[in-house]
Amino acid sequence: MYTNVAGIKSPNPFWLASAPPTNSGYQVQRAFEAGWGGAVWKTLGEPIINTSSRFAAVSFNGQRVAGFNNIELITDRPLEVNLREIEETKLRFPDHAIIASLMVEPEQEKWHEIVKRVEAVGVDGLELNFGCPHGMAERGMGAASGQVPELVEKQTYWVKEVAQTPVIVKLTPNITDITVTAESAVQGGADAVSMINTINSLAGVDIHTWNTVPNVDGKGAHGGYCGPAVKPIALNMVAECARNPSINVPISGIGGIGDWQNTVEFMLMGASGVQVCTAAMHHGFSIVEDMIDGLSNYLDEKGIGSVQEIIGKTVPKYSDWGDMDLNYQTVARINNDVCINCNKCHIACEDTAHQCIDMLKGEDGEPILQVREEECVGCNLCSIVCPVDGAIDMIEKDNNLPPLSWNTRQNAINAKSLANS
Amino acid sequence: MSTGNEMLLEKLQANFNEVEPPLSHQEAFEEASRCLYCYDAPCITACPTGIEIPSFIKKIASDNLLGSARKIMEANPVGASCARVCPTEELCEGACVLNGSTQPIMIGKLQRYATDWAIHNEKVLFKSGKPNGKSVGVIGGGPAGLSAARELGLMGYGVTIYEAEEEAGGLDTYGIVSFRLPKRVSFWEVDQVKQVGVDIRTNTRVGRDVSLEELKENHDAVILSVGMSDVPMLGIEGEELNGVHDAIEFVKQTKSGQLSQAFAGKKGVVIGAGNTAIDGATCAVRLGAENMKILYRRSEKEMTAYDFEYEFAKQDGVEFRWLTAPKRLIGDEAGNVCAIECEKMELGEADADGRRRPMPIPDSTFTLEVDFVIKAIGQTRYTDLLEQFNIHHDGGVVTLNDDRFETSVNNVFSCGDVIFGKGQGEAMVVTASEQGKQTAYQVHEKLSGLQAESTA
Ligand SMILES: Cc1cc2nc3c(=O)[nH]c(=O)nc-3n(C[C@H](O)[C@H](O)[C@H](O)COP(=O)(O)OP(=O)(O)OC[C@H]3O[C@@H](n4cnc5c(N)ncnc54)[C@H](O)[C@@H]3O)c2cc1C
Ligand SMILES: Cc1cc2nc3c(=O)[nH]c(=O)nc-3n(C[C@H](O)[C@H](O)[C@H](O)COP(=O)(O)O)c2cc1C
Ligand code: SF4
Ligand code: SF4
Ligand code: SF4
Repeated sequence: MYTNVAGIKSPNPFWLASAPPTNSGYQVQRAFEAGWGGAVWKTLGEPIINTSSRFAAVSFNGQRVAGFNNIELITDRPLEVNLREIEETKLRFPDHAIIASLMVEPEQEKWHEIVKRVEAVGVDGLELNFGCPHGMAERGMGAASGQVPELVEKQTYWVKEVAQTPVIVKLTPNITDITVTAESAVQGGADAVSMINTINSLAGVDIHTWNTVPNVDGKGAHGGYCGPAVKPIALNMVAECARNPSINVPISGIGGIGDWQNTVEFMLMGASGVQVCTAAMHHGFSIVEDMIDGLSNYLDEKGIGSVQEIIGKTVPKYSDWGDMDLNYQTVARINNDVCINCNKCHIACEDTAHQCIDMLKGEDGEPILQVREEECVGCNLCSIVCPVDGAIDMIEKDNNLPPLSWNTRQNAINAKSLANS
Repeated sequence: MSTGNEMLLEKLQANFNEVEPPLSHQEAFEEASRCLYCYDAPCITACPTGIEIPSFIKKIASDNLLGSARKIMEANPVGASCARVCPTEELCEGACVLNGSTQPIMIGKLQRYATDWAIHNEKVLFKSGKPNGKSVGVIGGGPAGLSAARELGLMGYGVTIYEAEEEAGGLDTYGIVSFRLPKRVSFWEVDQVKQVGVDIRTNTRVGRDVSLEELKENHDAVILSVGMSDVPMLGIEGEELNGVHDAIEFVKQTKSGQLSQAFAGKKGVVIGAGNTAIDGATCAVRLGAENMKILYRRSEKEMTAYDFEYEFAKQDGVEFRWLTAPKRLIGDEAGNVCAIECEKMELGEADADGRRRPMPIPDSTFTLEVDFVIKAIGQTRYTDLLEQFNIHHDGGVVTLNDDRFETSVNNVFSCGDVIFGKGQGEAMVVTASEQGKQTAYQVHEKLSGLQAESTA
């Protein structure tokens, strides 16, 4: 379980992300007692004033907190208080990782000053918050500086000028290509990058009052989105950075992680450790118990000695669309003994895919669902909508064609036209 | 003294409050969200009235409760009652595909949630159709008659229901116990039927207060939906004693006026083991009877009550005495029943309807002390009425022409319990409702066909 992210050591890969769960010494100490391996302290800087009514969440089909939205800013507690509590916590938990999240105006002296002050109380590392998408960005900090590659590089450089501990740069997802800002952070000397911070969002509109959700006395502003809904976006960003040779620093994965399975996914995709916010806010610190237990059982079952061994194992399998084999084919096959006859696969394929699932009757008049495999394009839709595990298998169909990707095909065509000219 | 009485009355009244709790908003939403929204869903096929179940459930999930209630009531004019009294595990819920994986959707409870909302918010769901100048008389305002009348009202017919009782609703109003189906639910359904312009004349018994001939003169068509009548005679000694009750009348008393305090602390038996017997027994328990036994001459297996009813009775502490037949009711000097002589039975050969015939075991007679007896061995037929109307019947079951719900008398149609038996339908609220709808369509087809002929 032992984890090392760019020299920051922790007893396990589970850190709390910089956010409300890490707002105070009391909370971080409770978290460590519960089993969390590290904590990125709620972002320090000039204390601010928060709004009342800050959070909102999106429910999906009765599932609460499918996505979470906030308009909270950085810490609203005086720096001295935070520093004192960091020191206390570090003394009590010397083996746990405490990382100070920092955000100040983009000026060299300001960065130098804060870095020195937090390192003086014994933090294990620094995380530069270039990601907060609201409020702080309107004042030129957070995502506002995180969206400008030159500012990312320059500010990282300033921090590195004085920092004694490893520096993680936390990236905002509110950009077109995260590898650009990640590369800038590396250029600036970052020891690691973490991603993602929250995504610009508006949780909803109250259709009865016509107010935004959340609203502060009738007024709303965009917030930041996180929680389970953002996981696929975060995972892709981690993967894109992991497979980019210019971004040769460890990655701390964040975004929608709530259990050990998500953690394994992020680590396979290149993260050296993970950070969690929403899941802890939804269920409390105790969720880490199953994260540790589940991960450890998983590793044992697979005969893997250390969690470090899984880092990046799926990265080589992640490439470009143009590299995929266009001759590879799968088709859906329905197991009628498992099927409960809801006919959802039929209507999904009929109305919105390729019209190849028939509703038939068996010898005794029992309903049977059958795929016309010649016409199935293997899109997966039926197996996605099927409510029963194991009722639809997507099976490989051997068509005796050699592998052929778009890129090889185009290269061949180009070579041919070259030869012809 | 009077305060003691009031306290008892209050306690008894509480016993008659609806037993099943409603779903909360959250429970309804979560359960609705669990529905798969099947395509060509088997639950729809299993509902005799064909309610578009996935659709009404989806509307609960999207908080469109008006739309949901309308979807239900559109297909089933007594859908609020059905939500409470249908044997759902044998119908929609029994067919739910989730039986094959997890737990079936609580369709009945969701249906109740949506219709309760409409009742609570006093929603009027339907408007009468454009008047077409034709009129239909409906005899009997139970589920079958109400359903037929509602459909005809929507189509623009002038409809009059003739109802013998003080209130319409039939057995929904007077026959099904309050703690399963409160009267107000049935009254709301009656009200919805009135809202489509149907005129309901209560306290009007056809054959006594008004004749069929008059109805035939005043209407273009007549629908006979009088249901069934009292419990038959047992044909044993002592039946005329005080304290011997007809189960249907017994239940009806608990749904009209003040509850009787005469049963508190008393011992009673019910003879029979259908749903009516169970309702009689549970009503008696709730009136404070100290001990209730159900006597049935066959065994548990042959009992006709629904499983949920049987369970319910057991929970109410009702005892069952299988293979026990009454031989004689014994009275005291004042003419009150005080004991019942019984005989043990065993099952012999199967008879014509496939059930094994109970045979007395010699010398097995024994006596039970009782304070009252409830007879619940089925319902008799309005045979005299049918004779009076010259309608062909088979032992009181109306004979129909083809599948068109028309009787042997031209333009007199019939549906509901009055046609039940001899292989025709089932005595359930939901089938009565569906038959009512179908009868309305047949009436319409016939009358509009006539119209075409006369204009030709
Ligand atoms: C005790 C009991 C419990 C039951 N429980 C259930 C249950 O849980 N679930 C279920 O699905 N079914 C149940 N049933 C069956 C169900 O109630 C009936 O199948 C259904 O009510 C039949 O509807 P109907 O309209 O045909 O008849 P009814 O409901 O009997 O209505 C007939 C109406 O006609 C009126 N009428 C009769 N004669 C005349 C006349 N000459 N002139 C004018 N009006 C007249 C009557 O007053 C009555 O209002 C139960 C029945 C009983 C007796
Ligand atoms: C209420 C709230 C406040 C947050 N505040 C900060 C912050 O001060 N600094 C920061 O770097 N990230 C902040 N975040 C972002 C989280 O650290 C994290 O990057 C994001 O929530 C994604 O992880 P999750 O899906 O596990 O929640 C905040 C998130 C939330 C929900
Ligand atoms: S995989 Fe796609 S095309 Fe094939 S049967 Fe399923 S839905 Fe239809
Ligand atoms: S979606 Fe699944 S369960 Fe439903 S009919 Fe298709 S195979 Fe069967
Ligand atoms: S069968 Fe069950 S899951 Fe499917 S639509 Fe009906 S209630 Fe919903």
